[in-house]
Amino acid sequence: MQPFTQCTGIVVPIDRPNVDTDAIIPKQFLKSIKRSGFGPNLFDTWRYLDEGVAGADCSSRPLNPEFVLNQPRYRGASILLGRDNFGCGSSREHAPWALLDFGIRVVVAPSFADIFYNNSAKNGLLLVTLDAAVIDGLFRAVLASPGYQLAIDLATQTVTTPTGEAHQFAIDAAIKHRLLNGLDDIGLTLQDAELIRAFESERQRVAPWLFC
Amino acid sequence: MAGKTLYDKIWDAHVVRTYDDGTALIYIDRHLVHEVTSPQAFEGLQLAGRKLWRRDANVAVSDHNVPTVDQRNVTDPIARLQLETLKANCGLHRITHFDVGDPRQGIVHVMGPEQGLSLPGMTIVCGDSHTSTNGALGALAFGIGTSEVEHVLATQCLVLRKAANMRVRFDGVPSTGVGAKDLVLALIGKIGTAGATGHSIEYAGSAIERMTLAERMTVCNMSIEAGARAGMVAVDDTTLSYLEGRPYAPKGALWQQAVASWRDLHSDTDAHFDREVVVDAALLAPQVTWGTSPEMVVPVTGRVPDAAAEADPVRREGLRHALAYMDLKPGTAITDIAIDKVFIGSCTNSRLEDLRAAAAVIRGRQRAANVRQVLVVPGSGLVKQQAEAEGLDRVFRDAGFEWRDPGCSMCLGMNPDQLAPGERCAATSNRNFEGRQGRGSRTHLVSPAMAAAAAIAGHFVDIRNWN
Ligand code: SF4
Repeated sequence: MQPFTQCTGIVVPIDRPNVDTDAIIPKQFLKSIKRSGFGPNLFDTWRYLDEGVAGADCSSRPLNPEFVLNQPRYRGASILLGRDNFGCGSSREHAPWALLDFGIRVVVAPSFADIFYNNSAKNGLLLVTLDAAVIDGLFRAVLASPGYQLAIDLATQTVTTPTGEAHQFAIDAAIKHRLLNGLDDIGLTLQDAELIRAFESERQRVAPWLFC
Repeated sequence: MAGKTLYDKIWDAHVVRTYDDGTALIYIDRHLVHEVTSPQAFEGLQLAGRKLWRRDANVAVSDHNVPTVDQRNVTDPIARLQLETLKANCGLHRITHFDVGDPRQGIVHVMGPEQGLSLPGMTIVCGDSHTSTNGALGALAFGIGTSEVEHVLATQCLVLRKAANMRVRFDGVPSTGVGAKDLVLALIGKIGTAGATGHSIEYAGSAIERMTLAERMTVCNMSIEAGARAGMVAVDDTTLSYLEGRPYAPKGALWQQAVASWRDLHSDTDAHFDREVVVDAALLAPQVTWGTSPEMVVPVTGRVPDAAAEADPVRREGLRHALAYMDLKPGTAITDIAIDKVFIGSCTNSRLEDLRAAAAVIRGRQRAANVRQVLVVPGSGLVKQQAEAEGLDRVFRDAGFEWRDPGCSMCLGMNPDQLAPGERCAATSNRNFEGRQGRGSRTHLVSPAMAAAAAIAGHFVDIRNWN
């Protein structure tokens, strides 16, 4: 996993609650056997005017000019600003893969759905939870000034606005440690391989029917 | 000290170690695999040069992409590659794989219990949120993401934080025509789709005790639509008689030994639940969803709600949006909603009992003229065989329904079975999200009997007084 320390970048606002993983990356793209290449289909239904087909080239498809990701002022955005319950619905890990592949490194919202939160953490996508009132203010600021940027620092757990205003955010200590160091979850667990083996032989002794 | 809940007992029996941050390393007994969420996990394993930890804990099946007519003829090259990748990965790692053509092939959550691969007291995972279905057997079963699939392949464990305990009691005797699907839809309507977030649900009460295993699976299946990752039911004689003799269930002396240990798989009488919800099953009518979230549900005797009556502005906007997407007018009686298509299938309602319930309603009748297509899709090849042995396929065919091969089918439209834009469908599946059954599709979730009756009438009917 790529480590996350800090990120300064353009903010793109998606102003609706309950953005589900079906919207982030529609089902027809789940047929891919790769982790990469989902970026062009991020928010496919909202982003294009035609129907998205898996494996097709997106460069000549008609864009929906209304959708924020298509507006020139948000080009190159690496921070997504969202509303409540971002990432709800199916457990597809393709959702954080698509956001990352597009170039998003941080999502800032008042709340996130459970499985999406876990899946993001495992892929180095930082999710920042801030007060709904603070988020409201950020939405206003982003809309008011083209090219609006935020600076996010994981070590100090702060989001800093262009005027120097700093907002503190909370994060699970274990997730922070893994993100900062780009730690590989499986590598960490395998350090306990002996314990797992011991547990397994004991389980085989008390519940032998699970091992036939 | 308070007693333990069923969830506490299974959790405690699987803790390999605990960490300072409050998480624990949990051992996984069974890992079920399908083609959609596994390829990147196998690839990750290979790239890191890691080995599969325990081969026999894994069993794979192809389901999401499999066509339900002419199963082997997968015309979409991308879907075909995904199916072939599963086959290749299983071959490489020597994992048992029920491929197309094997009678055991079917929807992963139907196949696991049917084969006796899912057993009481187990921790069971699969890269699919409806893994909770297996909890009906008194197991801790939940869906995981692809990184976690790789984690299980490599270590047979997951790092997890324990959930809170919630008990849902369904008391009373439901009226004839009101089934397991109606009970769970009513629950979701009551607590909402985030109602059980952070909790593991145990279903209890006299209505659950009287249910067959198939019905309990229907209830546990939709735990995720109530916000919970896992839902479960205590082990009783119904569980044991369901399992005895299943291909992968223990036999002989091992069976006796297993049963003795499974007898403890219930919550202690003094166990503490962080939350309890009670539903009077005797008062429920058949349920029909009208909107784009499973919580947007009303009794069949009800009407489509009016967004203007909602006080909360965010919710009001949500209702408005759903009404527009579903093209419904507030105040419309549910029984006045005409439908275009019917789908009977999915991991929620594609077991033999579901097909029997649907067939019982339609015997000797014809599909309504306005209903363009009715798909009946058994959950596995074995369900299909048994249904045919009972002559159910004839009943469906005679009524003008299509009798298909097993798979996920029109539940999510990753295969050729999809709705056209704007089409309205009575479906026995579990999600009615925008576009779930195809771009612009409109889904109403109902029980198998309600779906079959709607196919005959051309609109929803209250099967309690319909004949
Ligand atoms: S039937 Fe539907 S919900 Fe069930 S596993 Fe298949 S796609 Fe998922």
